Amino acid sequence: MIEWAPILEVLRHGTAGAFMLVGALFMLIGSSGVLRLPDFYTRIHAAGITDTLATVLLLAGMMIEAGFTQTSAKLALVGIFLFLTSPTATHAVANAAHKAGLKPRLGTVEPPHPRDVDLNEEKS
Amino acid sequence: MSDLPIDIFTIIDLIIMSMLLVVGIALVRLNNLFAVVMLYGVYSLLAAIWFVSLDAVDVAFTEAAVGAGISTVLMLGAMLLTSREADPTPVLRRWTSFLIVAATGAALFYATLDMPSFGDAASPANSYVGLQYMHHTISEIGMPNVVTAVLASYRGYDTFGETVVVLTAGLGVMLILGIGVSGGQAAPSAPEVQSKTAKKSKDVSVKSTENHHIVLQVIAKMLIPIIVLYALYVQFHGDFGPGGGFQAGVILASAVILYSLIFGMEETRRAIPPRFVQIGTALGVLIYGGTGIVTLALGGKFLDYNVLNAHDPVHGQHLGIMFVEIGVLVTVASVMLAIYYGFAARYRELKDQDW
Repeated sequence: MIEWAPILEVLRHGTAGAFMLVGALFMLIGSSGVLRLPDFYTRIHAAGITDTLATVLLLAGMMIEAGFTQTSAKLALVGIFLFLTSPTATHAVANAAHKAGLKPRLGTVEPPHPRDVDLNEEKS
Repeated sequence: MSDLPIDIFTIIDLIIMSMLLVVGIALVRLNNLFAVVMLYGVYSLLAAIWFVSLDAVDVAFTEAAVGAGISTVLMLGAMLLTSREADPTPVLRRWTSFLIVAATGAALFYATLDMPSFGDAASPANSYVGLQYMHHTISEIGMPNVVTAVLASYRGYDTFGETVVVLTAGLGVMLILGIGVSGGQAAPSAPEVQSKTAKKSKDVSVKSTENHHIVLQVIAKMLIPIIVLYALYVQFHGDFGPGGGFQAGVILASAVILYSLIFGMEETRRAIPPRFVQIGTALGVLIYGGTGIVTLALGGKFLDYNVLNAHDPVHGQHLGIMFVEIGVLVTVASVMLAIYYGFAARYRELKDQDW
């Protein structure tokens, strides 16, 4: 006869830990993106996307850890709030930058015009 | 955890304190006022986290709502009226101020040697009246949150004074900046701001028909009712958990400010006329003081809520604290809005290009 309760308990802690670890990993990726990417739009892309996912994952981990309690309900509310506001904030900042006339930094290497490519191929 | 020489909370405290230090140094060294305002917000949030870790939840709440919320908006408003960049400080003045600050800091550090250690049960704060408040709150006032009991009942005079201070601050701002009661007539804004607007709007192609605020408007419409509901929760749950009139007032005001940031000042003026705000600033203090007058009239002392219910003094305390907190809420929310209206009335309707 297998006792399920302790096994489930261990599984619960394991799942919660995995969620939080993945969340922290995403946070780290996002932060490195903010530091390393070349211009404003790519940076806010890195920050906005990973932030939302990472916080939701962290909160999910904490909810699994807390179980069916009032704390879980509060965490869920925080999660919903962040899920709504975090992308909105990213949108607002990017939108403001766009309206203020900030141009994204496009590739520095000019791709050759298709016409020139054709010419080269005919010659060779 | 107890085996470790340093527990986890000390480590968290140390990390937060070093982050505060870094932010503080960055604040001093920056000249860009926009970045300074944003860093002030970061500083306040860090401080709030630190207060939570020190178990001062009510203070943390206030710090987060006032420091990171309202102050940021108000300072941005003030910045729009002046300039984006601070003039670099002359070298001589820089060193003089550094010397003064360093001397003060050293004196404060020296003073901490005499302070009781954190959580010391024999410290003055924990032994005389503090201990009495802790012992008597449940029997005399019947509230789980001792902070609210002390703030609104035992120390009702002090809180009354604080509310009057808030009103005075609001009056000062209203006297200097006005509140924009006269409506559409905009004050002569700084020519600098106008020239900036003109310059920017030239090189930006604006499609005026397209409403690019639509996402913000939809989300704000979803969130603002929840924020107001939360403010009311903070207001009336203050007896049991962290919160009370000050925090609720600030949250309420920030909901209105969020509305005005997204839907424009004109809409906000229509929803909450400046005249209401003006009346509200004084009305809150009137409610607070009026509660005191009522207790006097019922034969008690000023702000002695026991007499509010002749049969059950504990219920009288509850009633009194509720009225007093409502007074605080009305004054704080109105003053915050008055200051915001005062700033907002100084410039013409903001275009997106101004940012």
